Amino acid sequence: MIEIRNLNKRFANKSVLNDVNFTIEQGKTNLVIGQSGSGKSVFLKAVVGLHPVDSGEILYDGRDLTKLKRKELQDLRKEIGMVFQGGALFNSSTVEENVRFPLDMFTKLSKVEKQKRVDFCLEHVNIEKSNHLFPSEISGGMQKRVAIARAIALNPKYLFCDEPNSGLDPKTSIVIDQLIQNLTKEFNITTLVITHDMNSVMEIGENIMFVFQGQNWWVGDRNQIFNTENEELNGFVFASELFQSVRKAKN
Amino acid sequence: MKMLYHIGRFGSLMKKVLARPENHKTLIIQTFKEMDKLALGSIVIIMIIMFFMGAVVTIQTALNLSNPFVSNVIVGFATRDSIILEFSSTVTSVILAGIIGSNIASEIGNMRISEQIDAMDIMGVNSANYVILPKIIALFLMMPFIVIIAMTVGIIGGLASTFTIDQLTLQDYLSGLQLDFSAYRVYYSLIKSSIFALIITMVSSYHGFYVSGGALEVGKAGTRAVIYSIILILMANLFITQLMLT
Repeated sequence: MIEIRNLNKRFANKSVLNDVNFTIEQGKTNLVIGQSGSGKSVFLKAVVGLHPVDSGEILYDGRDLTKLKRKELQDLRKEIGMVFQGGALFNSSTVEENVRFPLDMFTKLSKVEKQKRVDFCLEHVNIEKSNHLFPSEISGGMQKRVAIARAIALNPKYLFCDEPNSGLDPKTSIVIDQLIQNLTKEFNITTLVITHDMNSVMEIGENIMFVFQGQNWWVGDRNQIFNTENEELNGFVFASELFQSVRKAKN
Repeated sequence: MKMLYHIGRFGSLMKKVLARPENHKTLIIQTFKEMDKLALGSIVIIMIIMFFMGAVVTIQTALNLSNPFVSNVIVGFATRDSIILEFSSTVTSVILAGIIGSNIASEIGNMRISEQIDAMDIMGVNSANYVILPKIIALFLMMPFIVIIAMTVGIIGGLASTFTIDQLTLQDYLSGLQLDFSAYRVYYSLIKSSIFALIITMVSSYHGFYVSGGALEVGKAGTRAVIYSIILILMANLFITQLMLT
């Protein structure tokens, strides 16, 4: 579980995160939604320690990330898997080498054991026969799946996904969403997904935070979204006619 | 103030770069890959440039010293010392700053903007150490070999040019090469080229590592890396020459 308490972040004179509180629960797919520019990605980067925060606490099972020393932070990061918006795969390495990278860096497994682990991770994300291809030789959806395989290679306790569906077609998006949810359940991971894709919200949103103007405007689950009277959330969720008709049908 | 900011940030980056690597085996593998990519990849162009440079220096010296009171042996002597003292080390380093410097800054800059460096940081990998240290070690180790090859090819270029002009014979050139030879000058050249290797890799890595934005900024970082590397090489050249030759 990750608890975020009174998180504040400013860039120059602009407040990007304003007193944000949120609990990221273990074994659930936790979602952060909001419009572009609302502070979602800054929130994620602050939570993983890529952006230093101005004030507040980020408690990873009681360990405050903002107060950890460099070595402690590096150790904590070995428990974190992250899927970046663009995949962030290493261009000069093959699919297999990308997944093996964390194993090479942090484990003393034998070659055979590493290969078994790589195969296990790639099987879990349904990638076969592409081990020796380079990222530029595979599709965007496959790149995202390889990124997920790399993120789970070290058996992480925490998994972060920054807009994992961006640039993907609806069918592939659903595959990625289900993959993230299955991994979360199977390995009992604490997962946080940043998205503005309402299909993802409806598909996997178990604990959702809506960020508006850098604040946590609303917290609930996917079922509560349809009944909320929060004006800003309604404006975001039901911006499309499709979701308006879904709400009508539900009501 | 801005200069102090950059010096401070450069120092902080180098502290991370020179930290103990997480995995020594990976460092060795990466260093060999970089040796191949950085040094062996540029050796052919260095050889071509040095061959013609040696030939041109010989011809120009021979034409300028075509005087009955000056022995033709001086041409070989002057060519040898020009090549050993300056062309093989300083000029080669300036060329390498152009080839390798922009390559390093663009490669690391691209890794930065495509979040590959962030991905390493998130995994708990010291990204600066993993990405930059192998490049520094690789060029530092390979530079003396590159310079020795450059010296040899430059002198061969001069030798080849003796067949194209009437003012100088092969025998005079060869006698000049052996005149008053001092091994110290070769050591001086090798030492300074190793320092230039550090300048090229460190400065270029610094410019690539802190890129923010997109492809345009990566291109600008490559240009900045080359400019600053060359300026620092020339400044260091003056300093080392004062220190070792005067």
